[in-house]
Amino acid sequence: MASPEDTPVGRRLQHVKHIIIVCSGKGGVGKSSVSTQLALSLRAASPTTRVGILDVDLTGPSIPRMLGLDGHSVHQSSDGWVPVYADGSEARLACMSVGFLLKRKEDSVVWRGPKKNAMIRQFLSDVRWGELDYLVIDTPPGTSDEHLSLVEHMAPVHSRISTVIVTTPQAVALLDAMKCLSFTRATNLPVLGLIENMSGYVCPCCGEISNVFSIGGGEEMARREGLQFLGSLPVDTELVSLLDAVEPADEEFDVMLAEGGSRHSFRLLERYDKTPTAPLFRAIVEKAVAALPAPEGQE
Amino acid sequence: MIAVQQAVPIPDPLSVPANAPEHCPGTDSELAGKADACAGCANQEICASGVTRGPDPALPLVRERMSTVKRKILVLSGKGGVGKSTFTAQLGWAFAADETLQTGIMDVDICGPSIPTIFGIASEQVHASSSGWSPVYVQDNLGVMSVGFMLPSSKDAVMWRGPKKNGLISQFLKDVDWGALDYLIIDTPPGTSDEHLSIVTYLKESGIDGAVVITTPQEVALQDVRREIDFCRKVGIPVIGLVENMSGFVCPNCKNESQIFKPSTGGGRRLAQDMGVDFLGAVPLDPRIGKSADYGVSFLDEYPDSPASTAYLDIIDRIRQKLGD
Repeated sequence: MASPEDTPVGRRLQHVKHIIIVCSGKGGVGKSSVSTQLALSLRAASPTTRVGILDVDLTGPSIPRMLGLDGHSVHQSSDGWVPVYADGSEARLACMSVGFLLKRKEDSVVWRGPKKNAMIRQFLSDVRWGELDYLVIDTPPGTSDEHLSLVEHMAPVHSRISTVIVTTPQAVALLDAMKCLSFTRATNLPVLGLIENMSGYVCPCCGEISNVFSIGGGEEMARREGLQFLGSLPVDTELVSLLDAVEPADEEFDVMLAEGGSRHSFRLLERYDKTPTAPLFRAIVEKAVAALPAPEGQE
Repeated sequence: MIAVQQAVPIPDPLSVPANAPEHCPGTDSELAGKADACAGCANQEICASGVTRGPDPALPLVRERMSTVKRKILVLSGKGGVGKSTFTAQLGWAFAADETLQTGIMDVDICGPSIPTIFGIASEQVHASSSGWSPVYVQDNLGVMSVGFMLPSSKDAVMWRGPKKNGLISQFLKDVDWGALDYLIIDTPPGTSDEHLSIVTYLKESGIDGAVVITTPQEVALQDVRREIDFCRKVGIPVIGLVENMSGFVCPNCKNESQIFKPSTGGGRRLAQDMGVDFLGAVPLDPRIGKSADYGVSFLDEYPDSPASTAYLDIIDRIRQKLGD
């Protein structure tokens, strides 16, 4: 295999220790919310951990909204694109998404494969990620252009890539999750484990648990396929509202931008820790991190 | 502070072939075969000769097949998992409840086909005859076509790039023996990419009667749906209206309604107003909908007294009205 320094992508990702791809065959099962939580939890793991989050869902980017970064734009520097930092001056949570490149939020990105491929290559080779402990990559649904491009362009750093599969418990979603698993096998990517999302909903009124999208399917699939089951997450309305939070009024937002920081996002981290999902997710992250391959050339 | 460099003349997205290089000017552009991006493209000579400014050879075949189809309806949403396939299925079942109508369902979600499971026909296969591929029939007047019927195993991933997907979609439109149909409902994957462009290109001449756009109430989904409506406008598909799915959940125990996905920015109703499209209605979340889909039975037939069934039927009536049927 070529040495990592050989390609622009390899050079850029030279100082990235672990790359975690979050995928699922099905849409709307919570890939972006899992990616966001993964990034937040990994960042919180130690006061020096640096995390990057790359959103390659080109036609439906959700990460900027979830991190409260709607309306930010990417700056060009002599050394490449500067990612948007969700935690302002601390700069330990770097984020990149096609959402930052759009002029208006309702603009559609109508691109066919080759153009998506080029954009992904640019995200990997032209963004100044710097040194990162983890790069979390959020993917669109399916197993198509974006996924193939990712794997192709990251071939020089293939040994550092691992994947997390997200599914919901119902049969229709599991079917697509199986396809995603077969993709990871075909491309020879290790799977850290499976997360079952939206498993059960607690009625805020009487506390009754309803299995909105059935339950247990993910665990069952993990057992059948010999995957590590990372855990199940119930529907958490607090988390939904937090990640969906209304953006600040435009003027206020501009002032905030001018001050060079994003206070909204700082609050996001604090508030995330208070949601019922946060402790559950911490356990998931621990399991996932334990399954990561040891970084090469280091202990 | 450059946000992104825009290619100077933005090509008509419909005229860029699926296997074109990154900055293809579009085959029917004045620059076809002559732009910088064309250097090295396998099709450069063909483009430069000017024949590509004519129509795709598959188009007359598609037009012929589609000449016996009265209404062509797209079900779209920028976001995944909001219930496009479920809605498509309900629409199919509701149309097919009228025995005098012939309905066809075409699933162009190639990487994640759910339609076969939702209709309970996942193990069926497509048969080829002299008049083309015959769709799988759920009942006499409801035919279904999906890539799910053609895979050797439901577990295998379909790892296809755009051009191959484009090829299959053109085959679905020109080679499937749909017969005379009153409605052809097309279920799409999330996003605004290859599949969508292909469908629109191939059906340009036959005309699409309209698109039903599905959303869920939270802003993360609305964002993607805004883009989808923008896409419809760019390519000239009329939007029949917007449906808000998973809107509110009625606890089976205490009968109180709560919002799982809070409409923090006004939900679908507000979006419809802002974008100037019709709001067709809201369907509450009912766990039995998902269950029916898993078991491949018709939710409308199984639970006719659920508030979700009433909502579905109202929406379907409004769609019929808007189409003038």
